[in-house]
Order: sequence, then C-alpha cells, then structure tokens
Amino acid sequence: MRLTGAEIAIQCLVEEGVPYVFGYPGGAVLHIYDALFNQDKLRHILVRHEQAALHAADAYARATGKPGVALVTSGPGVTNAITGIATAYMDSIPMVIISGQVPTPAIGLDTFQEVDTVGITRPCVKHNFLVKNVDDLASTMKKAFYVATSGRPGPVLVDIPKDISQHITEYSYPKTVSMRSYNPVIKGHSGQIKKAVQMLMEAKRPMIYVGGGAILGDATQLVTKLVRDLGYPCTNTLMGLGAYPATDPQFVGMLGMHGTYEANLAMQHCDVLLAVGARFDDRVIGNPQHFFVEGRRIIHIDIDPSSISKRVRVDVPIVGNIADVLNEMVKLVEESPVAVDQLALKQWWQQINTWRERQCLKYANSTEVIKPQYVIEKLYEVTQGDAIITSDVGQHQMWAAQYYKFDKPRRWLNSGGLGTMGFGLPAAMGAQLAFPDMTVACVTGEASIQMCIQELSTCKQYHLPVKVVNLNNRYLGMVRQWQEILHGNRYSESYMDALPDFVKLAESYGHVGMRIENPADVEGALKEAFALKDRVVFLDFLTDQTENVFPMVKAGAGLTEMLLGAEDL
Amino acid sequence: MRHILSLLLENESGALSRVAGLFSARGYNIEALSVAPTEDPTLSRMTIVTSGSDDVIEQITKQLNKLIDVVKVFDLNEGRYIERELMLVKVRAEGADREEIKRTADIFRGRVIDVTDRTYTIELTGPRDKLDAFLEAIDNSLILETVRTGASGIGRGEWILKV
Ligand SMILES: Cc1cc2nc3c(=O)[nH]c(=O)nc-3n(C[C@H](O)[C@H](O)[C@H](O)COP(=O)(O)OP(=O)(O)OC[C@H]3O[C@@H](n4cnc5c(N)ncnc54)[C@H](O)[C@@H]3O)c2cc1C
Ligand SMILES: Cc1ncc(C[n+]2csc(CCOP(=O)(O)OP(=O)(O)O)c2C)c(N)n1
Ligand SMILES: [Mg+2]
Repeated sequence: MRLTGAEIAIQCLVEEGVPYVFGYPGGAVLHIYDALFNQDKLRHILVRHEQAALHAADAYARATGKPGVALVTSGPGVTNAITGIATAYMDSIPMVIISGQVPTPAIGLDTFQEVDTVGITRPCVKHNFLVKNVDDLASTMKKAFYVATSGRPGPVLVDIPKDISQHITEYSYPKTVSMRSYNPVIKGHSGQIKKAVQMLMEAKRPMIYVGGGAILGDATQLVTKLVRDLGYPCTNTLMGLGAYPATDPQFVGMLGMHGTYEANLAMQHCDVLLAVGARFDDRVIGNPQHFFVEGRRIIHIDIDPSSISKRVRVDVPIVGNIADVLNEMVKLVEESPVAVDQLALKQWWQQINTWRERQCLKYANSTEVIKPQYVIEKLYEVTQGDAIITSDVGQHQMWAAQYYKFDKPRRWLNSGGLGTMGFGLPAAMGAQLAFPDMTVACVTGEASIQMCIQELSTCKQYHLPVKVVNLNNRYLGMVRQWQEILHGNRYSESYMDALPDFVKLAESYGHVGMRIENPADVEGALKEAFALKDRVVFLDFLTDQTENVFPMVKAGAGLTEMLLGAEDL
Repeated sequence: MRHILSLLLENESGALSRVAGLFSARGYNIEALSVAPTEDPTLSRMTIVTSGSDDVIEQITKQLNKLIDVVKVFDLNEGRYIERELMLVKVRAEGADREEIKRTADIFRGRVIDVTDRTYTIELTGPRDKLDAFLEAIDNSLILETVRTGASGIGRGEWILKV
C-alpha cells in the first residue's frame, strides 16, 4: 500500500488501537489533519490550548492504562505542549506525542514556527525522534509506542517535518520491534526475591509502602493479596492512592508531607520496609538524614534501576516488573517455612492504633463557613466513592487525597511529580472520554481552574458532562499556607483578586453554574449537580479562607516532625 | 573519586546531546568527553571522565543506561584498564629554549610534529598524569596553545566491551 507520511502517521495510530487523539492544528501538521479528515476510525478531540491536549491524553492513559496520544503543530504548538509533556514525564505516564516540524530543507534556518523540538523536549521525554525519511516513519511510530508503554512508562515524541508528511512510500506496519539498546528487565532476580520474603517473614514491625508503580504496572490486586496474606500495615503515596483500598483496616492512609500521623510514624519506626513502585520522593520521606534509621532494612521493587538507592540506601534491591515480582513473592509467602510472628505483629498494630487515636485528619466543622474537607467528605458520599476524581494543584488536591477514600486504582488522577496547576479540567475530559458512563469530577481551586478554564468549551463541544468542584478560598491557598507558616504571615501575591463570577462564566460556556456559600447547602448542591448526568456543572463552593492542610511536614524537616493542626503553629 | 566510563551508543544524531544533557541536567561532573564511531559504523564509542562518590557514580551509570540510545555502559574503574590521551602543545622555541624543549619532549617520548623558526608543536600521548607532568616540566610562559582530546580508555586483556 502506498501512502503519504501523513496517512502513515494516522494509520499507525489506528493500528495501535488508539481511539482518540487530542490536538490542535497548524501549518506544519496540515497534511496530517487532511489525512484525519479522510478517515473515520480515529476521533480527534479539538482542545482550546495544546497544554490541555496533553493533559487530556495523559489522563486518558492514567484512567485506562493505554497510551494517550496528542498531536500538535510546530513552534508554539510544541512550546504550549511542554508543560503537559513534563507533567506526564514526572509521573511516568505512557504517551505518544506527534508534533509537526518545518520541512527538512528549512530546518536550522530560523524558519517560521521553527523550534528545536527534539532539543527542547529532550529533558522531559522518555525518548524522542526526528523523522528524516518517510521510509522510517512506520517503524519509528512502532518504536515510539513500544518505548512509551514498556519498562518504566513515559512520553515519547515523534517530530515529523512537513515535507515528510507529504512524501509517499510503501507502507506496512511492523509486527514486532526490537531495539538492542533498550531491553527493560521484567522478571526480578529470584535470589533477591527469596531474600526479601525471608526478611519480610522475620519482621517484627513491618511496613508496606506502595506507589504509583503498582497502578502503572496493573499490580494492585497482587499488592492487596500480599498485604492481606501477611496482615501488615500498608500506606500509599499520592500517586499510589487506590492501589490498596483506602477503606480497608490495614490501610494507614497516605504518607509524606501531608500524610497521616500513623503512616509517617510507621514508616520511621518499622524494622522492615517493603517499597513497591514508589520512588522515595522528597515529599514522601522528608529530610533524608532524619529518615535514615540504623537497623531498619529496606526492600525496594522497581522496574527502573535508577529509582533504587537514589535518595535512600536500600538493602534488598529488586529490579523488575511489580506484577512478576509480586507473583513470586505471594507464592513464597504461602510456602514459607517460617510463619509471621503474630505476637510481634499484634504489638506493632497496637502501637499503630495508638497513633491512629490522634485522629490527625479530624477537623472542626462549622455551620457558618464551608470547610473544604467537608465538601470532599460529602463528595465522597454523594458519588458513593465510585467516581473518577481529577484534581489541580494546591490545598484542594491534598484534601481530595486525604478525604476521598479511593478503593480502586485509576480513579484518582493528579499531577504529583510536576504539580501542574491546570491539569484538572482537561484531565477530567480525557477520563470522561475513556469512560463515558462514569461519574467524573474535577476538584480544583479558583486559581488552578483559571489555568485551563478555556476547556469548558471543549466539554461543551464533545458533551463531556464533567463536574467541577471548585474549592474557592480566594487564595493561592497552598502558597498562602507556606507564607503563613514559613514567612511570617506575609501574603505576598497570594490573594486572588478580581475573580470572575464562575456561575455566569459556566453559563456563558453553555453549562450549569452553582454558587454555594452555606455549609447547609453543600450536600444538596452536590446531589443536584450529580443528578444532572448529561450536563457540565460548575460548583463554586466559597470555602474557609484560613483553612490549612494538616498534617504537614515542613520542607527540610523530618518525616515525623509533623504539624498536626493550628495549635502546632 | 575519578572514574572513566566507557559507552557504546547508537551512532545517531542527537545521541551525544542526550548524554551531555543528562550530565548538565543532573549536575554531574564532566571532566572530559570524547566520542567517535567504531569499527561497526552504527555504533559510537564514548569515553567520559567524571568524578563523584560511589553513590553518584552508581546513579550516573544507571541514568546513562536509561538513555534509549545507550547500548552499554562500563565503569572502567571496576577492572584493569589502560588510559591514553593525546595532547598537542605549541610552544615558543627560540635560542637556548629550543634545545631544552626538545630534550624535555624526548624524555616524555613526545614528537615534534611542526617546526617554525620560533615555535615547536609537540605531540604527546599518555595517561593524563603524564601530560600534566610534561606541561609542568616546561616553562609555563613558553606555552602558546594546548589541545587535549580527553581520555580514551580500554579494558586490559580479555576484558572486551562489545554489544
Ligand atoms: C502540593 C503537593 C503535595 C504533595 N504531597 C505529597 C504527600 O504528602 N505524599 C505523597 O506521597 N506525595 C505527595 N506529593 C507527590 C510527590 O511529589 C510525588 O509525585 C509522589 O510522592 C511520587 O509517588 P511515587 O513514589 O508513588 O512515584 P511515582 O512517581 O508514581 O513513580 C512510580 C515508580 O514506580 C516505578 N514503576 C513504574 N511502573 C512499574 C512497574 N510496572 N513495575 C515496577 N516499578 C514500576 C517507576 O520506575 C517509579 O520509580 C505532593 C505533590 C504535590 C503537588
Ligand atoms: C503552573 C503552576 N504555577 C505555580 C504553581 C505553585 N502553586 C502550587 S499550589 C498554588 C496555589 C493554587 O491555588 P488554588 O488553585 O486556588 O488552590 P488552593 O491551594 O487554594 O486550594 C500555586 C500557585 C504550580 N503548582 N503550578
Ligand atoms: Mg484557592
């Protein structure tokens, strides 16, 4: 079959089973858009800003586990996309990005809308390609999908110059791909796994710390089985929420900067720590010197060797795919000649339960002013804990993570590594497209939402009935909180003045807008909004301006040096 | 500690910038870097001289391995190896200095490869220390220009770095 480069690009996506491509046209991709026009297998979603195309495709990937695909033009199309690419990179999300480039003879001449895309994206992609010959296009696309989805997943960019998209060649999509320079390890080292299981069985104060890798690797059922078989406490990172059910008694909550008292103390005081697809992030362990405990042994399972012993020295490294490794571990636990020391475990749980009695997530509710935590609790009830929740970045994100109890993976979509404000709304679109029948809500703040608010228009065009839960505190709340605690209450540029009337704004986009100012109206408003199944509803909750996120570990402090409430300030 | 890393990488445009970009992005030291194609034209061999604690060197190796264009990474310090560097030095060579410089070059097994009335250009190979020692041995004020390739390294005996 003889096809143009543009047709080949589209055909490869169809071949990969991609249902949606999120994008925005421009000069360098006109041939590709022409090829899109002439087919009906692949649906294009026209966003209102390239950043949103990336976030929507990224959330599609987070929600489904399949790679998300975005298409942008050269120059400003690419630069607008960078934030979205970096967001996906930091959270290891499988994506393929196709970008247009100026024609090959014009590269390097400061041509109209030329940027060095391969250069500018290099630090925030897993890999990228510049296609210089149309004969290489199909095999490059195949490699792009392979690299993006295997090993530690990540975004891969394919830069296609305009003339290449016009050139014609014989097309066939490669069935297989092999790259001598890229062979991710799948199976863990059996000896190491044995050693790890023995260490786990002999633990007196064990702790299991599960991260985003368990979700990325679709290993959450195995995680749950292992944790339950052992009877050990389990914590999830922000990226791992839903990997182990939050309503399970063995779950001690999220850990880290805004983690629970019991999770952070158990991390510090355990004698054997099993880390599963979690990368000992600085927001998770606090000060590394403080985190180091003489005698505590650490087992770390990760597919990326560079995640291991990066910030924290590990005793038993296991490089491999979580599902493969845990399969072996579960079996070894079942066959283990040594039994778990039930007495020690009981004492450990007693200790954890006394930490739990601190009730670190308790807050003083009010009848006067809406508490943001209360809105999330009600959101959880009204959606029966079964919605896909996306979020932006700030206090609202942390409250959503703390108070919405995620029992299933791929229900909590947020930007953890880059912390990108503007992620929430486009992410909700990607999730809603992936699961048209599910309830999708975006928990956001009045500042974050304005970073991609234009996407309300995309929601209208494609009938994506997402619900926007705006926790409107009239502040860059997370910034204000740091200024209050670390900068002597000097609220430098963190007040959000001149806010739009969000109700009217939603209405002008053709949606339903609601403003809720009274705590008594919270539940009713949520019920009403979620009953409007086929409409976008923008719920503007005017929340307590002074509320802070607790617990909190200040930057540089030890993980257990937590502020638990206003009384600790 | 100083380490010499040997890499085999795909001979693709952009591969060098991926490696160089990694070092600058992650704040790793880079003392010298040299790269050229090998007997297999699809592969380049790169030698990087870097330094850092054991933890840092471990991360550098892992991060290099993670680059898709990198086929293999070896830390030569993990075995026995030979290191060589090429240096070209142009020196002012007049009057009594002329003889003296020539003698010093001979001692270091250097070769004079270009001669004018007033200059010598000397070619010298060896491990870094030897080249440094040569520069120290001649009067600093006579040195007009130096060019060094950075180290190349190779394992001893049967220690062969191949795909
Ligand atoms: C305002 C704000 C506050 C935050 N506060 C907190 C906080 O209190 N607590 C918290 O936890 N985080 C917090 N974060 C998020 C934090 O910055 C990190 O993004 C997060 O902790 C990283 O999660 P993770 O360790 O699970 O790693 P991820 O980024 O999810 O990385 C996954 C790891 O798993 C590995 N992996 C992937 N696939 C596989 C596989 N198939 N097999 C094996 N391994 C695999 C990867 O190589 C990687 O090492 C906050 C972020 C923001 C924006
Ligand atoms: C693009 C971007 N710019 C700046 C920041 C720094 N930042 C983190 S949280 C925050 C405030 C967010 O305010 P809002 O969306 O109202 O949420 P709140 O904290 O009030 O709940 C800012 C500015 C960021 N994370 N992303
Ligand atoms: Mg706010």
